[in-house]
Amino acid sequence: MSGPSGSGKSQWLRAIADLDPSDGEAVLDGTARGAMSGPTWRRRVGYLAPVPGWWADRVGAHFFDPAAARPLIEALGLKASALDWPVARLSTGEAQRLALARLLAGAPEVLLLDEPTGALDETARNAAETVLMARLAAGTAILIVTHDADQARRLAKRAFTIEDGRISDRQI
Amino acid sequence: MNPVPLSNLDLAIASGLVLIHAGLSLMLSLGLGRMLLIAVARMVVQLVLLGLVLQFLLETVSFWLTLLAALVMIGFAGHEAVARLGRKYRGPWGQGIGTASVLVAATLITGFALSVQVQPEPWYNPRYAIPLLGMVLGNTMTGVALGLNTLTATASRERVAVEAQLALGATIWLALRPTLREAMRSGLIPIINSMVATGLIAIPGMMTGQILAGASPESAIRYQLLVMFMIAGGTGIGVFAAVYAGAWRLTDARHRLRLDRLAEAKTE
Repeated sequence: MSGPSGSGKSQWLRAIADLDPSDGEAVLDGTARGAMSGPTWRRRVGYLAPVPGWWADRVGAHFFDPAAARPLIEALGLKASALDWPVARLSTGEAQRLALARLLAGAPEVLLLDEPTGALDETARNAAETVLMARLAAGTAILIVTHDADQARRLAKRAFTIEDGRISDRQI
Repeated sequence: MNPVPLSNLDLAIASGLVLIHAGLSLMLSLGLGRMLLIAVARMVVQLVLLGLVLQFLLETVSFWLTLLAALVMIGFAGHEAVARLGRKYRGPWGQGIGTASVLVAATLITGFALSVQVQPEPWYNPRYAIPLLGMVLGNTMTGVALGLNTLTATASRERVAVEAQLALGATIWLALRPTLREAMRSGLIPIINSMVATGLIAIPGMMTGQILAGASPESAIRYQLLVMFMIAGGTGIGVFAAVYAGAWRLTDARHRLRLDRLAEAKTE
C-alpha cells in the first residue's frame, strides 16, 4: 500500500489491527474479527508501528522466549547479544529490526507492517526482506505500507494506493 | 473546660499573615496573589457557613438532615477531585468516577467507624458523623485526584509503549500495569507520608483541637489513631476504586487504549 503522506495508510493498518475503533469488517480464515477477543485477533494479526514502542529497560524483556528468538535476530543482521542491550542505546535501524524480530517471534498468521525498513541501510533492508519472503513462502499474509516503489516491485504480488480516502489497485 | 475564646480582632490580626504572603507575591510578580486572596475569602466564607450549619445540625439531631449534609459534602468532594485533572474525561465520566470512588470509600469507612467503633447515641449523631466524614473525605478526595491525574497523564505519555504491547496480543490490563502502579502510588504516597510524619514531625490537627479543648492526651491520641486508620483505609479504597474505574473508562471491549475519551490537555 502506498500513497501521499497523510492519506490514511497508517490509520488503515491500525484499523485492521483493531487498535482504533472502525466501521467495516475483517475476516481471518473464515472467522470474523468480532467473533474473537481483541488480544486474540492481534496475536494472530500482528501490527508493526512505524516507530516501535518499548516498555522495559532491556531488549530481551520484550520477547516471550528470548532464546528462541536468537536465530531470527541474527537473520536480520544483528548479534544475538542484542537481547542484553538497554533499549535506550539502540539506533533507529537496530530498534526497527528488533521490533520486527519481536513481532515475528510470535509467528502471527498475518503481518501488518508500517514502513518496516524505512530506517535501514541496503544490507539490513535486504536481510529484512529475505526474512519476510521466507514468511510469505511459509503461508503468512503480509500487508506493507511503504514509500519505497522499488521495495513494492521486489516484494508485492498486489499493490494498492490510497487517495482521498479511496483505495484502488495499482500497477506494480 | 472551654478553650480560650478568640475575638474577631484576633482573627483580623492573624489574617494579616496571609496578606503579607499576598503582598510578597505581588512584589515578586509570582501571579499567585489573586489566587491566594480568592482562596482565603472562600475559606472564611466556607468556614463561617460550616459553623452555622453544624450548630443547626447538632441542635436538631435528625438522620435525614445529617444525610443531606453528608451527601452535599460528598458531592463537593467528588467534583473537586476531578476539577484540576490535566486531561479530563469527556462527558460526565470524570465527575462520575470521582464522585463514585469518594462516595464508596467515605460511606463504607465512616459508616463502619460509627456503627462498630465510636458507637455514639444515635449512631448517626452529627457531632461525630460530620467531622469524621469530613476528615476521611478530604484525604480521600486528594488521593483520588492525584491517582486519576497520574493515570491519565501516564497513559497519554506511555501510549506508544502500551499500544506496542497490544499490537503483540497483550491484554489491556497487562499493558497498563506499570501505569496503574504509578497511579496508585501517586494516590497513596501522601497519606503514607502523613502517617510516618505524625507525632514526630507534626501534631495532627484533630489532636491539637482536642487538647486545646481540654481532652487528655491519651484520649486525644486514641481518637487520632482511629481517624488515621479511617483516613488510610478510606484513601486506599478510594484510590483503588478511582484508578481502576478510570482505567476501565480508558479501554473498551476490544482491549484498545481509548485516549479519545479524554479531552485535550489543558495548555496554560
